[in-house]
Amino acid sequence: MNAKYTDARLDITLGHLLRTGVILSACVVLTGGILYLTRHGNTHPQYGTFRGEPQSYRNILEILAGVFSGSGRAIIQLGLLLLVATPIARVIFSVYAFLRERDYLYVAVTITVLALLLFSLLTPHS
Amino acid sequence: MNTLEFTSLITLVSIAAGFLGSLTGLGGGVVIVPVLTLVFGVDMHYAIGASLVSVIATSSGAAAAYVREGWSNIRAGMFLEIATCLGALVGAYLTGVVPVRAIAIIFGVVLLWSAWTATRARTSRTDADAKPDRAAAFLRMDGTYPAADGLRHYRVHNVPGGFLVMLLAGGLSGLLGIGSGALKVVAMDQIMRLPFKVSTTTSNFMIGVTAAASAGVYLSRGYIDPGLSMPVMLGVLGGSLAGAKLLAGSQTRVLRWVFGAVVVALGLEMVYSGIRGTL
Repeated sequence: MNAKYTDARLDITLGHLLRTGVILSACVVLTGGILYLTRHGNTHPQYGTFRGEPQSYRNILEILAGVFSGSGRAIIQLGLLLLVATPIARVIFSVYAFLRERDYLYVAVTITVLALLLFSLLTPHS
Repeated sequence: MNTLEFTSLITLVSIAAGFLGSLTGLGGGVVIVPVLTLVFGVDMHYAIGASLVSVIATSSGAAAAYVREGWSNIRAGMFLEIATCLGALVGAYLTGVVPVRAIAIIFGVVLLWSAWTATRARTSRTDADAKPDRAAAFLRMDGTYPAADGLRHYRVHNVPGGFLVMLLAGGLSGLLGIGSGALKVVAMDQIMRLPFKVSTTTSNFMIGVTAAASAGVYLSRGYIDPGLSMPVMLGVLGGSLAGAKLLAGSQTRVLRWVFGAVVVALGLEMVYSGIRGTL
Protein backbone atom coordinates (compact mmCIF):
# COMPACT_ATOMS: atom_id res chain seq x y z
CA MET A 1 0.00 0.00 0.00
CA ASN A 2 1.14 3.51 -0.77
CA ALA A 3 2.66 5.06 2.38
CA LYS A 4 1.37 8.57 1.60
CA TYR A 5 -2.15 7.25 1.17
CA THR A 6 -1.99 5.40 4.49
CA ASP A 7 -0.61 8.51 6.23
CA ALA A 8 -3.47 10.66 4.97
CA ARG A 9 -6.09 8.14 6.04
CA LEU A 10 -4.53 7.79 9.47
CA ASP A 11 -4.56 11.59 9.82
CA ILE A 12 -8.31 11.63 9.21
CA THR A 13 -8.95 8.92 11.80
CA LEU A 14 -6.70 10.83 14.20
CA GLY A 15 -8.73 13.99 13.68
CA HIS A 16 -11.95 12.12 14.51
CA LEU A 17 -10.36 10.61 17.61
CA LEU A 18 -9.28 14.00 18.96
CA ARG A 19 -12.62 15.63 18.23
CA THR A 20 -14.65 12.82 19.81
CA GLY A 21 -12.47 12.87 22.94
CA VAL A 22 -12.86 16.62 23.44
CA ILE A 23 -16.63 16.63 22.82
CA LEU A 24 -17.20 13.65 25.12
CA SER A 25 -15.14 15.16 27.92
CA ALA A 26 -16.82 18.57 27.59
CA CYS A 27 -20.25 16.89 27.88
CA VAL A 28 -19.23 14.96 30.99
CA VAL A 29 -17.70 18.09 32.58
CA LEU A 30 -20.86 20.06 31.80
CA THR A 31 -23.09 17.36 33.33
CA GLY A 32 -20.99 17.27 36.48
CA GLY A 33 -20.91 21.06 36.56
CA ILE A 34 -24.68 21.37 36.45
CA LEU A 35 -25.05 18.84 39.28
CA TYR A 36 -22.38 20.64 41.30
CA LEU A 37 -23.94 24.08 40.82
CA THR A 38 -27.50 23.00 41.59
CA ARG A 39 -26.28 21.52 44.88
CA HIS A 40 -23.53 23.92 45.88
CA GLY A 41 -24.37 27.12 44.00
CA ASN A 42 -25.07 28.97 47.25
CA THR A 43 -21.82 28.08 49.02
CA HIS A 44 -18.84 30.43 49.00
CA PRO A 45 -15.81 29.42 46.97
CA GLN A 46 -12.48 29.28 48.81
CA TYR A 47 -9.61 29.42 46.35
CA GLY A 48 -7.43 32.01 48.06
CA THR A 49 -5.12 29.61 49.84
CA PHE A 50 -3.84 26.32 48.57
CA ARG A 51 -4.94 23.35 50.59
CA GLY A 52 -4.77 20.73 47.87
CA GLU A 53 -7.73 18.71 46.70
CA PRO A 54 -8.98 15.89 48.94
CA GLN A 55 -7.86 12.40 47.93
CA SER A 56 -11.28 11.73 46.40
CA TYR A 57 -10.48 14.15 43.54
CA ARG A 58 -6.83 13.16 43.07
CA ASN A 59 -6.80 9.47 42.45
CA ILE A 60 -8.39 7.72 39.45
CA LEU A 61 -10.03 4.91 41.46
CA GLU A 62 -11.43 7.31 44.06
CA ILE A 63 -12.78 9.59 41.32
CA LEU A 64 -14.60 6.60 39.79
CA ALA A 65 -16.02 5.69 43.20
CA GLY A 66 -17.28 9.27 43.54
CA VAL A 67 -18.91 9.11 40.11
CA PHE A 68 -20.89 6.04 41.14
CA SER A 69 -22.09 7.80 44.26
CA GLY A 70 -23.36 10.65 42.03
CA SER A 71 -20.94 13.41 43.12
CA GLY A 72 -21.03 16.35 40.69
CA ARG A 73 -17.39 17.23 41.34
CA ALA A 74 -16.27 13.63 40.81
CA ILE A 75 -18.12 13.64 37.45
CA ILE A 76 -16.26 16.84 36.50
CA GLN A 77 -12.96 15.13 37.41
CA LEU A 78 -13.98 12.13 35.29
CA GLY A 79 -14.56 14.49 32.35
CA LEU A 80 -11.14 16.04 32.92
CA LEU A 81 -9.59 12.56 33.04
CA LEU A 82 -11.23 11.81 29.68
CA LEU A 83 -9.71 15.04 28.39
CA VAL A 84 -6.23 14.01 29.56
CA ALA A 85 -6.84 10.57 28.04
CA THR A 86 -7.50 12.10 24.60
CA PRO A 87 -3.89 12.99 23.71
CA ILE A 88 -2.80 9.72 25.33
CA ALA A 89 -5.21 7.81 23.08
CA ARG A 90 -3.71 9.74 20.17
CA VAL A 91 -0.24 8.47 21.13
CA ILE A 92 -1.48 4.87 21.52
CA PHE A 93 -3.10 5.15 18.11
CA SER A 94 0.21 6.38 16.67
CA VAL A 95 2.02 3.31 18.03
CA TYR A 96 -0.43 1.19 16.07
CA ALA A 97 -0.11 3.37 12.97
CA PHE A 98 3.70 3.18 12.93
CA LEU A 99 3.53 -0.58 13.57
CA ARG A 100 1.36 -0.98 10.51
CA GLU A 101 3.85 1.01 8.47
CA ARG A 102 6.63 -1.22 9.91
CA ASP A 103 8.39 1.95 10.99
CA TYR A 104 10.02 0.43 14.08
CA LEU A 105 12.16 3.47 14.83
CA TYR A 106 9.01 5.52 15.35
CA VAL A 107 7.28 2.69 17.20
CA ALA A 108 10.12 3.05 19.73
CA VAL A 109 9.86 6.87 19.76
CA THR A 110 6.11 6.72 20.32
CA ILE A 111 6.34 4.09 23.06
CA THR A 112 8.86 6.32 24.87
CA VAL A 113 6.38 9.21 24.81
CA LEU A 114 3.59 6.88 25.96
CA ALA A 115 5.71 5.61 28.86
CA LEU A 116 6.33 9.20 30.05
CA LEU A 117 2.59 9.96 29.91
CA LEU A 118 1.59 6.80 31.77
CA PHE A 119 4.26 7.43 34.39
CA SER A 120 2.72 10.84 35.03
CA LEU A 121 -0.87 9.65 35.18
CA LEU A 122 -0.60 6.27 36.91
CA THR A 123 2.03 6.75 39.61
CA PRO A 124 1.39 8.81 42.73
CA HIS A 125 3.47 12.00 42.95
CA SER A 126 3.86 13.57 46.35
CA MET B 1 -19.93 36.22 45.79
CA ASN B 2 -21.42 32.72 45.91
CA THR B 3 -20.28 29.75 43.84
CA LEU B 4 -22.90 30.23 41.13
CA GLU B 5 -21.93 33.90 40.58
CA PHE B 6 -18.22 33.11 40.76
CA THR B 7 -18.60 30.27 38.22
CA SER B 8 -20.60 32.46 35.82
CA LEU B 9 -18.02 35.23 35.98
CA ILE B 10 -15.11 32.82 35.44
CA THR B 11 -16.97 31.30 32.47
CA LEU B 12 -17.38 34.72 30.82
CA VAL B 13 -13.73 35.66 31.39
CA SER B 14 -12.61 32.27 30.03
CA ILE B 15 -14.76 32.63 26.90
CA ALA B 16 -13.14 36.03 26.25
CA ALA B 17 -9.65 34.62 26.90
CA GLY B 18 -10.22 31.66 24.57
CA PHE B 19 -11.72 33.85 21.88
CA LEU B 20 -8.95 36.46 21.88
CA GLY B 21 -6.29 33.80 22.40
CA SER B 22 -7.26 31.92 19.27
CA LEU B 23 -7.67 35.09 17.18
CA THR B 24 -4.20 36.28 18.09
CA GLY B 25 -2.51 32.87 18.09
CA LEU B 26 -1.20 33.44 21.61
CA GLY B 27 -3.53 30.83 23.11
CA GLY B 28 -6.14 31.50 25.76
CA GLY B 29 -4.30 29.67 28.52
CA VAL B 30 -1.66 32.35 28.66
CA VAL B 31 -3.95 34.92 30.32
CA ILE B 32 -5.98 32.54 32.51
CA VAL B 33 -3.40 32.23 35.29
CA PRO B 34 -2.72 35.98 35.63
CA VAL B 35 -6.43 36.83 35.54
CA LEU B 36 -7.35 34.17 38.13
CA THR B 37 -4.53 35.12 40.48
CA LEU B 38 -4.39 38.92 40.06
CA VAL B 39 -8.09 39.68 39.59
CA PHE B 40 -9.88 36.87 41.43
CA GLY B 41 -7.30 36.18 44.14
CA VAL B 42 -7.15 32.48 43.31
CA ASP B 43 -4.11 30.60 44.63
CA MET B 44 -1.37 30.12 42.01
CA HIS B 45 -1.47 26.30 42.11
CA TYR B 46 -5.23 26.05 41.54
CA ALA B 47 -4.94 28.60 38.73
CA ILE B 48 -2.12 26.68 37.05
CA GLY B 49 -4.12 23.44 37.30
CA ALA B 50 -7.24 24.94 35.73
CA SER B 51 -5.23 26.63 32.99
CA LEU B 52 -3.43 23.41 32.02
CA VAL B 53 -6.75 21.60 31.63
CA SER B 54 -8.02 24.31 29.26
CA VAL B 55 -4.78 24.05 27.26
CA ILE B 56 -5.38 20.33 26.61
CA ALA B 57 -8.93 21.04 25.47
CA THR B 58 -8.07 23.79 22.97
CA SER B 59 -5.02 22.00 21.61
CA SER B 60 -6.91 18.77 20.94
CA GLY B 61 -9.90 20.65 19.53
CA ALA B 62 -7.77 22.67 17.10
CA ALA B 63 -5.42 19.82 16.22
CA ALA B 64 -8.40 17.78 15.06
CA ALA B 65 -8.92 20.29 12.25
CA TYR B 66 -5.26 20.82 11.30
CA VAL B 67 -4.28 17.15 11.23
CA ARG B 68 -6.85 16.46 8.55
CA GLU B 69 -5.53 19.23 6.33
CA GLY B 70 -2.11 17.57 6.23
CA TRP B 71 -0.07 20.46 7.64
CA SER B 72 1.44 18.88 10.74
CA ASN B 73 4.75 17.05 10.58
CA ILE B 74 3.75 14.04 12.66
CA ARG B 75 7.23 12.47 12.78
CA ALA B 76 9.00 15.63 13.93
CA GLY B 77 6.20 16.29 16.42
CA MET B 78 6.32 12.80 17.87
CA PHE B 79 10.11 12.82 18.23
CA LEU B 80 10.14 16.26 19.86
CA GLU B 81 7.38 15.18 22.24
CA ILE B 82 10.01 13.08 24.01
CA ALA B 83 11.71 16.38 24.88
CA THR B 84 8.56 18.32 25.78
CA CYS B 85 7.16 15.48 27.95
CA LEU B 86 10.44 15.06 29.84
CA GLY B 87 10.57 18.82 30.36
CA ALA B 88 6.91 18.91 31.41
CA LEU B 89 7.41 16.23 34.07
CA VAL B 90 10.37 18.13 35.53
CA GLY B 91 8.45 21.44 35.32
CA ALA B 92 5.38 19.96 37.02
CA TYR B 93 7.55 18.72 39.88
CA LEU B 94 9.18 22.14 40.19
CA THR B 95 5.78 23.85 40.55
CA GLY B 96 5.53 22.38 44.03
CA VAL B 97 9.08 23.42 44.98
CA VAL B 98 9.65 26.84 43.39
CA PRO B 99 8.27 29.73 45.51
CA VAL B 100 5.06 31.33 44.18
CA ARG B 101 6.87 34.69 43.84
CA ALA B 102 9.44 33.18 41.49
CA ILE B 103 6.68 31.46 39.45
CA ALA B 104 4.94 34.83 39.11
CA ILE B 105 8.11 36.54 37.85
CA ILE B 106 8.89 33.75 35.35
CA PHE B 107 5.27 33.86 34.20
CA GLY B 108 5.43 37.61 33.67
CA VAL B 109 8.63 37.34 31.64
CA VAL B 110 7.11 34.59 29.47
CA LEU B 111 4.02 36.77 28.85
CA LEU B 112 6.13 39.76 27.80
CA TRP B 113 8.28 37.58 25.58
CA SER B 114 5.20 35.99 23.92
CA ALA B 115 3.69 39.41 23.19
CA TRP B 116 7.00 40.52 21.69
CA THR B 117 7.40 37.44 19.40
CA ALA B 118 3.77 37.75 18.26
CA THR B 119 4.37 41.24 16.87
CA ARG B 120 7.72 40.55 15.22
CA ALA B 121 7.91 40.19 11.45
CA ARG B 122 8.74 36.67 10.33
CA THR B 123 11.58 35.73 8.08
CA SER B 124 11.07 32.36 6.53
CA ARG B 125 14.17 30.20 6.71
CA THR B 126 12.91 27.19 4.81
CA ASP B 127 15.14 25.76 2.12
CA ALA B 128 14.16 22.73 0.07
CA ASP B 129 17.50 22.56 -1.75
CA ALA B 130 19.74 22.53 1.32
CA LYS B 131 21.98 19.55 2.04
CA PRO B 132 20.13 16.89 4.02
CA ASP B 133 20.73 17.05 7.74
CA ARG B 134 22.07 13.73 9.09
CA ALA B 135 19.86 13.48 12.17
CA ALA B 136 16.77 14.65 10.29
CA ALA B 137 17.44 12.13 7.52
CA PHE B 138 17.90 9.29 10.02
CA LEU B 139 14.63 10.29 11.71
CA ARG B 140 12.91 10.77 8.31
CA MET B 141 11.58 14.18 9.32
CA ASP B 142 11.69 15.91 5.93
CA GLY B 143 8.14 16.49 4.77
CA THR B 144 5.70 18.15 2.44
CA TYR B 145 2.90 20.62 2.85
CA PRO B 146 -0.10 21.46 0.66
CA ALA B 147 0.46 24.55 -1.53
CA ALA B 148 -1.61 26.00 -4.35
CA ASP B 149 0.47 24.11 -6.94
CA GLY B 150 0.47 20.75 -5.17
CA LEU B 151 2.64 19.33 -2.39
CA ARG B 152 5.79 21.28 -1.61
CA HIS B 153 8.85 19.64 -0.10
CA TYR B 154 10.93 20.99 2.80
CA ARG B 155 13.98 19.89 4.77
CA VAL B 156 14.44 19.80 8.53
CA HIS B 157 17.65 21.06 10.16
CA ASN B 158 19.40 21.15 13.55
CA VAL B 159 17.45 18.43 15.36
CA PRO B 160 19.58 18.58 18.56
CA GLY B 161 19.08 22.34 18.86
CA GLY B 162 15.34 21.97 18.41
CA PHE B 163 15.28 19.16 20.97
CA LEU B 164 16.99 21.35 23.58
CA VAL B 165 14.58 24.25 23.09
CA MET B 166 11.70 21.77 23.29
CA LEU B 167 12.99 20.57 26.68
CA LEU B 168 12.74 24.18 27.87
CA ALA B 169 9.29 24.63 26.28
CA GLY B 170 8.05 21.49 28.06
CA GLY B 171 9.58 22.67 31.34
CA LEU B 172 7.80 26.02 31.16
CA SER B 173 4.54 24.30 30.21
CA GLY B 174 4.76 22.05 33.27
CA LEU B 175 5.87 24.83 35.60
CA LEU B 176 3.31 27.44 34.51
CA GLY B 177 0.35 25.38 33.23
CA ILE B 178 0.54 26.96 29.76
CA GLY B 179 0.89 25.47 26.29
CA SER B 180 4.27 27.12 25.52
CA GLY B 181 3.14 27.31 21.89
CA ALA B 182 5.24 30.37 21.05
CA LEU B 183 8.48 28.73 22.17
CA LYS B 184 7.61 25.46 20.40
CA VAL B 185 7.09 27.42 17.19
CA VAL B 186 10.47 29.14 17.61
CA ALA B 187 12.16 25.74 18.03
CA MET B 188 10.67 24.43 14.79
CA ASP B 189 10.43 27.51 12.61
CA GLN B 190 13.63 29.35 13.56
CA ILE B 191 15.95 26.54 14.68
CA MET B 192 14.83 23.49 12.72
CA ARG B 193 13.68 25.67 9.82
CA LEU B 194 10.29 24.07 9.20
CA PRO B 195 7.79 26.20 7.24
CA PHE B 196 5.90 28.55 9.54
CA LYS B 197 2.45 27.03 9.16
CA VAL B 198 3.87 23.53 9.58
CA SER B 199 5.50 24.77 12.81
CA THR B 200 2.34 26.29 14.24
CA THR B 201 0.12 23.31 13.44
CA THR B 202 2.69 20.78 14.66
CA SER B 203 3.14 22.85 17.83
CA ASN B 204 -0.61 22.80 18.39
CA PHE B 205 -0.57 19.06 17.89
CA MET B 206 2.20 18.68 20.51
CA ILE B 207 0.70 20.99 23.14
CA GLY B 208 -1.98 18.49 24.23
CA VAL B 209 0.49 15.65 24.73
CA THR B 210 2.93 17.92 26.57
CA ALA B 211 0.17 19.17 28.87
CA ALA B 212 -1.06 15.62 29.48
CA ALA B 213 2.43 14.81 30.79
CA SER B 214 2.06 17.45 33.53
CA ALA B 215 -1.62 16.73 34.17
CA GLY B 216 -0.98 13.45 36.00
CA VAL B 217 1.44 15.15 38.39
CA TYR B 218 -0.95 18.08 38.94
CA LEU B 219 -3.90 15.77 39.57
CA SER B 220 -2.12 13.63 42.10
CA ARG B 221 -0.80 16.73 43.91
CA GLY B 222 -4.30 18.21 44.14
CA TYR B 223 -3.83 21.25 41.83
CA ILE B 224 -6.85 20.40 39.68
CA ASP B 225 -9.99 21.65 41.40
CA PRO B 226 -13.21 20.49 39.70
CA GLY B 227 -15.26 23.56 40.65
CA LEU B 228 -12.68 25.95 39.20
CA SER B 229 -11.50 23.87 36.23
CA MET B 230 -15.04 23.30 34.94
CA PRO B 231 -15.86 26.92 33.94
CA VAL B 232 -12.28 27.57 32.77
CA MET B 233 -12.15 24.51 30.52
CA LEU B 234 -15.62 24.93 29.03
CA GLY B 235 -15.21 28.70 28.62
CA VAL B 236 -11.78 28.65 26.98
CA LEU B 237 -12.79 25.77 24.70
CA GLY B 238 -16.00 27.47 23.59
CA GLY B 239 -14.29 30.83 23.13
CA SER B 240 -11.41 29.44 21.12
CA LEU B 241 -13.67 27.42 18.81
CA ALA B 242 -15.69 30.58 18.13
CA GLY B 243 -12.44 32.50 17.54
CA ALA B 244 -11.19 29.89 15.09
CA LYS B 245 -14.47 30.12 13.13
CA LEU B 246 -14.21 33.89 12.93
CA LEU B 247 -10.53 33.80 11.99
CA ALA B 248 -11.34 32.76 8.44
CA GLY B 249 -10.94 36.09 6.66
CA SER B 250 -11.81 38.75 9.20
CA GLN B 251 -10.27 41.99 10.41
CA THR B 252 -8.35 41.09 13.54
CA ARG B 253 -5.69 43.81 13.63
CA VAL B 254 -7.39 45.90 16.28
CA LEU B 255 -8.20 42.85 18.40
CA ARG B 256 -4.61 41.71 18.12
CA TRP B 257 -3.35 44.99 19.48
CA VAL B 258 -5.92 45.06 22.26
CA PHE B 259 -5.08 41.53 23.32
CA GLY B 260 -1.34 42.23 22.98
CA ALA B 261 -1.74 45.22 25.30
CA VAL B 262 -3.66 43.10 27.81
CA VAL B 263 -0.92 40.46 27.73
CA VAL B 264 1.81 43.07 28.28
CA ALA B 265 -0.11 44.66 31.16
CA LEU B 266 -0.68 41.28 32.83
CA GLY B 267 2.98 40.37 32.30
CA LEU B 268 4.19 43.56 33.99
CA GLU B 269 1.68 43.09 36.82
CA MET B 270 2.84 39.48 37.35
CA VAL B 271 6.50 40.53 37.57
CA TYR B 272 5.58 43.39 39.92
CA SER B 273 3.44 41.18 42.19
CA GLY B 274 6.17 38.58 42.21
CA ILE B 275 8.80 41.11 43.28
CA ARG B 276 6.53 42.57 45.96
CA GLY B 277 5.37 39.11 47.05
CA THR B 278 1.68 39.99 47.04
CA LEU B 279 0.40 36.84 45.34
